[in-house]
Amino acid sequence: MSASATPLAVEYVRILPELVLSIFGMAVMVLDPLIDERRNQRTLGNIALLGSLAAIIATLYQSQYPGPGFWNMVNVDAFSVFFHFLVTTVTAIVILTSYDYMEVQQIRAGEYYGLILFGAVGMCLMSSAVELVLIFIALEISSISTYILAGFRRRAAISSEASLKYFLLGSFATAFFLYGVALMFGATGSTSISVISQVLRSGQIPVLAYAGIALMFVGLGFKVAAAPFHIWTPDVYEGAPSPVVGFMSTAPKAAVFAVLLRIMFEANAPGRLWLIWVTAALSMTLGNIGALVQDNVKRLLAYSSIAHAGYLLVAFAALPSGGIPAAMFYTASYAAMNVGAFAVVSHFASAGERYVTLEDYSGLGRRSPLLAATLTIFLLSLIGIPITGGFFAKFYVFSAALQANLVGLVIIGVLNSAIGAYYYLRIIVMMYMREPREEAPVPAAPIGLRAALTLTVFATIYLGILPGGVLEYASRSAAELMRQ
Amino acid sequence: MQSHILSIILFTPLAGAFLLLFVPKENKDAIRWIANIFAAAGLLVSIPLVPWFWQQRFEPGFKFVEGAVNNWIPSIGAGYVLGIDGISFLLIMLTTLLGWVSILSSWEAIQNRVKEYYIWFLILQTGMLGVFMALDFFLFFVFWEAMLVPMYLLIGIWGGPRKLYAAIKFFLYTLLGSVLMLLAVLFLYFYNYRQTGTYTFSIEALYKTAPHIFHDPAYGATFAILLFLAFFIAFAIKVPMFPFHTWLPDAHVEAPTAGSVILAGVLLKMGTYGFVRFALPFFPDVAMHPKVRGWMIALSIIGIIYGALVSLMQKDMKKLVAYSSVSHLGFCTLGIFALTPLGLSGSVLQQINHGISTGALFLIVGILYERRHTREIAEYGGISNVMPVYATITMIMFLSSMGLPLLNGFVGEFTILQGTFVENWRWAAWAVPGVILAAAYLLWLYQRVFFGTVTNPKNERLHDLTPREVLTFAPLIIMALWIGIYPKPFFQILEQPVNQIVQTVRPGYPGAGGAVNASVPVSSAGTSAQLASENAKGNK
Repeated sequence: MSASATPLAVEYVRILPELVLSIFGMAVMVLDPLIDERRNQRTLGNIALLGSLAAIIATLYQSQYPGPGFWNMVNVDAFSVFFHFLVTTVTAIVILTSYDYMEVQQIRAGEYYGLILFGAVGMCLMSSAVELVLIFIALEISSISTYILAGFRRRAAISSEASLKYFLLGSFATAFFLYGVALMFGATGSTSISVISQVLRSGQIPVLAYAGIALMFVGLGFKVAAAPFHIWTPDVYEGAPSPVVGFMSTAPKAAVFAVLLRIMFEANAPGRLWLIWVTAALSMTLGNIGALVQDNVKRLLAYSSIAHAGYLLVAFAALPSGGIPAAMFYTASYAAMNVGAFAVVSHFASAGERYVTLEDYSGLGRRSPLLAATLTIFLLSLIGIPITGGFFAKFYVFSAALQANLVGLVIIGVLNSAIGAYYYLRIIVMMYMREPREEAPVPAAPIGLRAALTLTVFATIYLGILPGGVLEYASRSAAELMRQ
Repeated sequence: MQSHILSIILFTPLAGAFLLLFVPKENKDAIRWIANIFAAAGLLVSIPLVPWFWQQRFEPGFKFVEGAVNNWIPSIGAGYVLGIDGISFLLIMLTTLLGWVSILSSWEAIQNRVKEYYIWFLILQTGMLGVFMALDFFLFFVFWEAMLVPMYLLIGIWGGPRKLYAAIKFFLYTLLGSVLMLLAVLFLYFYNYRQTGTYTFSIEALYKTAPHIFHDPAYGATFAILLFLAFFIAFAIKVPMFPFHTWLPDAHVEAPTAGSVILAGVLLKMGTYGFVRFALPFFPDVAMHPKVRGWMIALSIIGIIYGALVSLMQKDMKKLVAYSSVSHLGFCTLGIFALTPLGLSGSVLQQINHGISTGALFLIVGILYERRHTREIAEYGGISNVMPVYATITMIMFLSSMGLPLLNGFVGEFTILQGTFVENWRWAAWAVPGVILAAAYLLWLYQRVFFGTVTNPKNERLHDLTPREVLTFAPLIIMALWIGIYPKPFFQILEQPVNQIVQTVRPGYPGAGGAVNASVPVSSAGTSAQLASENAKGNK
């Protein structure tokens, strides 16, 4: 432990991405009233984009300086760098897709971009924090930003409803988490994950620790929309602005999964197996069955994200050596395909999010072949068809679980992924096999969206054909994580 | 050149699909020409394989192997490894031939969204070829699943009135089967790791360890049977075996003609190929387990009879042909599970035959449909008066499909029945009515459509086949006659791999001497001599 009262310079490098994001976030907020109304949207977007790109560079720079910082509250390792990179990249892509959405929906951009950047600060911090109270603070930073973002279409009642619902249930869940932290402190005498890990490994595990883990799991399970804590998801996803849904269904989830990985594996949480087993099985099943009957594409993707949280949790039930890399790979490929899918949805929804039902997608393949083709790639990846990242992600998760002899869970998983194919196919059917309801062509994709889609398609296919590099990185960081 | 021939064959269609991406979609004729050129090129590049393969037909093991074990994703042990033996060689040649024929046959049939059609078709072609070439299970699975998407879209976009239902049913059935198979393979993969300490999906490595599960006290016979069942469901859905066949009539009837040709001609063979390549060598003891084998044989025989009976009742020509596939594929699985060299080689040959004959039957139905836009048998009658060339070609293909001597179907079915008879004469006896019923439904169909006077005035002005249409049938007729009159080369090509499989499944089986026997020319001197000698050996 660094005993010095003031942190060293290198310790600031270890929170550099967070610093960069905060500075740019504040810059956006300050400049908002100063810039002329008409030009302000794009300029602020550009600043925010610049901020997220700077954060990506900061992350790469930071990876040269691994180690603990700030009195052992944060720790930069390959694991945290992976999630930093994921969160900042997703942020950049979401900002790219938001440019024209803001204009079409006539939403003032100032706070929007600021909140996205602040949210990203929380998420980045979550992935490198190794102390429960800091994790809680980071979780709150990220959550509060997303509560507000969910209500950003303030003229639409449904958006306000989403925001309020998310806020009420979300604060309830964070309270659970905090209570769990308190119990954990009571049981082990520390809030530092490495100390907790040592205590839990040495001798008798106090009953309080079980309760602490369970409560923390409830809080985090809510954030990743895992069943039975998933009830809020469809309503919130339906009401929130589409780019925000793309954001909040991937980046905060990835960060929370990072926290879960640290708590479950690094702290070697007791009794995690059955807890996760049940949650994973429930999430996969309820998510997929719920999605079967949806007619609103955003709700459908909401249920699909519940199901995907379930697949991801399967990896958590596995052994650390296989489970951590599998979960990391899954978050990465899920982020690519889901952000991409929501980018298409948000462009197609047009003013006031009018076109969001399955019927509206009929004949999209003819009206906008390129947009339909990209959405198809994302959907095939969500199904888990080979040469897409989704296939490998599922493959690694199931093979990790099988290695840990979780046969029952894997069977539930593969059957679910077969059921899941049906509702994704419904969208493809609509796009290609139905006559268009309106002949009006979809407006061409603007440059920002194009860039975002190119990136996400590339990532999805890359992870599907050459997953070796990412997987090796994930395995290495898992090994590093377990050594600590 | 020889060392990369498989990759060249595999990626030629894909290169065509890629090129088509850059052709403007209004330019329909250019798209058709490019697609046809690449389909023909796909066939042409596979032709050098014939003399090269012929030279080494008796050598053991896989040929033209390229790529190295675990070179693709080293961390999980997946490799880009291609290689073929006699069985996959014949299926690959069938695929390139039928791919070309069906793309040629689509020239006028597809007027709607031409560009996408050909792109998907060429991608499908690569997927199917990959399935037959892959020597790494992971690679195999990637091709196996990836080819679902183009087929799904071909049915769903260019299909008939109930296309949506048929397409989704096809997709979900196959996906359900394949996820279970993936699960079983993961077991084999980890089992292999526990035995050898290396993670690999290499098929040849799994061949060595997978059979031990049956005798491993940690798992045991029941567990091995469960694993076999996971493979069985995946392949049985694809074949399709009774009672997993219900997707087939829907998919066939709704698919465009070329889609049906490929579906019947090649896709169904992926199921039987899977049995031969994976299910038998992975689980030899399960395959020989009397109960399992009994079920397999019983389902095959039910498929033969049931498919034929249902064909007899059809009012729609395409549905009739579709159900006849269930019956014919029943023969193929019967030959496989007879587990004799004769049965197996007959089965593989019959798979080729079915591809040729049934592919042609779908083209035949497609030609009438293009002209009249109906497939109702009752709408026709006396067609031989207005379309004599067409009627002649149809007759040849019908006779080939029902198994008339001197045509390909006879050789295949006869060899299968011989091979089955050697094992158990009752099995053969139960299957024979299938042959008779086939003659019944095909000849009755022919009679209703072609004979008599033209009853429906709409049929009076139908024009006969165009030169392009004749060209599509020509290679199929030539192949049908070749296999029917002189099948010896085909049996020679199949001899080594088939003997090896029988040797694995039932070591010491007479007549399956493997490589030793293969080099003796006597054993491959004509079918009838071979049949007689096998027969004699089997009866001892």
